Amino acid sequence: MLTTKQLQFSYTRNQVMNFPDFNLQKGEHWLLLGQSGSGKTTLLHLLGGLLSPSSGSIQIGTTELGQLRASALDQFRGKNIGIVFQKSHFVRALSIGENLALAQQLAGLKPNRERIIELLERLNIGDKLRLKPDRLSIGEQQRAAIARALINQAPIILADEPTSALDDHNATEVINLLEEQAKAQGSTLLVVTHDKRLKDRFPNQIAL
Amino acid sequence: MTLLNLSWKNLSNKPLTMLLSLVLFALGVGLISFLLLVNHQISEKFEKNLAGIDLVIGAKGSPLQLILSSMYHIDAPTGNIPIKGVMPYLNPKNPFIKAAIPLSLGDSYRGYRIVGTTANFLELYQAKVRTGRSFKAVMEVLAGATAAQELGLKVGSTFQSSHGLIEDDNLVHEGHAFKVVGIMKPTGASIDQLLLTPAQSIWEVHEHAGMGAAPAVEEPEEAEHEHNDEEHAAEDSIAENHAESTEQVNGIALTNQEEDHQNDDEAPHDHAEEHHLKSILEYPDKEITALLLQFNGHNITTLNLQRMINQNTSMQAATPAIEITRLYSLMGVGQDALRWLAFIIMGVSGLSIFISLFSSLRDRRYELALMRTMGASPGKLFAMIIMEGLLLAVFGYIIGLLISHGGMELLAGEMKAAYRYTFTGRTFLIEEGYLLLGALAVGFIAAVIPAIQARNTDISDTLAEG
Repeated sequence: MLTTKQLQFSYTRNQVMNFPDFNLQKGEHWLLLGQSGSGKTTLLHLLGGLLSPSSGSIQIGTTELGQLRASALDQFRGKNIGIVFQKSHFVRALSIGENLALAQQLAGLKPNRERIIELLERLNIGDKLRLKPDRLSIGEQQRAAIARALINQAPIILADEPTSALDDHNATEVINLLEEQAKAQGSTLLVVTHDKRLKDRFPNQIAL
Repeated sequence: MTLLNLSWKNLSNKPLTMLLSLVLFALGVGLISFLLLVNHQISEKFEKNLAGIDLVIGAKGSPLQLILSSMYHIDAPTGNIPIKGVMPYLNPKNPFIKAAIPLSLGDSYRGYRIVGTTANFLELYQAKVRTGRSFKAVMEVLAGATAAQELGLKVGSTFQSSHGLIEDDNLVHEGHAFKVVGIMKPTGASIDQLLLTPAQSIWEVHEHAGMGAAPAVEEPEEAEHEHNDEEHAAEDSIAENHAESTEQVNGIALTNQEEDHQNDDEAPHDHAEEHHLKSILEYPDKEITALLLQFNGHNITTLNLQRMINQNTSMQAATPAIEITRLYSLMGVGQDALRWLAFIIMGVSGLSIFISLFSSLRDRRYELALMRTMGASPGKLFAMIIMEGLLLAVFGYIIGLLISHGGMELLAGEMKAAYRYTFTGRTFLIEEGYLLLGALAVGFIAAVIPAIQARNTDISDTLAEG
């Protein structure tokens, strides 16, 4: 489902980052562990098509990311890759419900209100539908961010340090939800983290 | 959620910032639109009242004042002239003159001017009688539409005039009642504001009141006129000839009667009274305030007429078109200053849109990167920011027009008192269409740099910064 080969990236000429090859199957959950500065976020951005590698290839399903041109890549990303960031950001002018609808629309899908409500209910924030993001607590915001990553039933879910800003209680809850929901829709999940609390939860691990 | 919707939500999320940009923009647009409205309506009224008049003859004084008082009825008359002096132009057989309309001014009724004239005054403005009929006898009045409405005059109403052009109870001509015999349809020209009566009525009122020949004249001036009459008696010999010919005088009387017939379908029984109203050519010793002339085409004689009158007689002749152009150029200075001010305000409002969009982008960098990860193309972000600029421009434009048109309606009353014309804010000009294009251009230009910045957002860098 998600395969990388001889992936290389360099910010400057002298500093070349090499990334291990890996191959994640459909529905598998993986943990990518590494210290700060080891290039975790860079790798995640490469996988999400936010950065282009200087060499090597990334294949998602049957699509070679490098083959896609600008706006086709934007569309592909919106439809096939859900990303949860370390800090949850939203379009602040829009309510949680509208943010999710925007995610559907930008991916080229029709906004589906039932799907939004159902997903928010499942994540236990159904009552926040009409609230602006800044009215939610950090834990609620992170759940809403997960909802946004899941909304289009993307086959790949990438999570960048989803728990590092949260306390133990919230961290456990968030990672539970991520796993549950990814499983429910059969998505491949890759969590990038240095958070030791998550180490024992994932049998499949890649170290940087 | 459409792009438009998204842009709107972004703007309304910062209501105060939006308000500032909108107020500035609306001020600029409103001021420009207001100037356009005032300018358009004033020049429209002025042009309507030109009515094809080629020359105005009146007493010496400011030519602009002569034009304003005799054609627009907004200034005091310059004085009176004897009919003897303008005989040749009044004669219907004069091949160079298409129409000559005498005016006797100086009296009013509750602020509305009474104009002593002849029936062809109506033709000049294509005015039609709505109810009743035109004046046929001395002391009969045909009221303009606005004057009748404001004064509450109906066919059959009577009133007493007062001397001078402002309302003054001490100057009422007692014992001489004017009788309204007809009311005109509205024309949009100054004739709507007037009370028309035969020139003889004015003389009647003043002679019997012992106030001299005509109201506006002052004693020394009158004396001067008489003195001058003798001087240019020779050059006006045509006038003498025509005046002496009773055949021709009758001819004029006949013409007047025919005109009266045209305006009068309802009251044939008034024929008996018509003989009271003789041609004013039969009163060479009386005075009028001004004579409006339409030429039969332009030739060397008509071109020289003005210079001839100004150089050789005690009267003056003024060309309406020239005087009005002069008036425009006088008003133009203030208007130019206001217009520049409006453009500066527009420029500043453009700058305020630019600054508010630009600074909001700094706050929204992460949002923009996020939208990219959700599948938005760079073009979409560009369009979103441009749309925000255009939205501000459109709303500013709408508010601006509301201000200018609403303000125009509110000021219409005051303007009416000053210019004796009705103004309206319920009219829209083609120039305001161009103003919309201009407003959109300002909105676009203000948004284009922030939009380019949004388009070039580096997703990875921005997201990595958190």
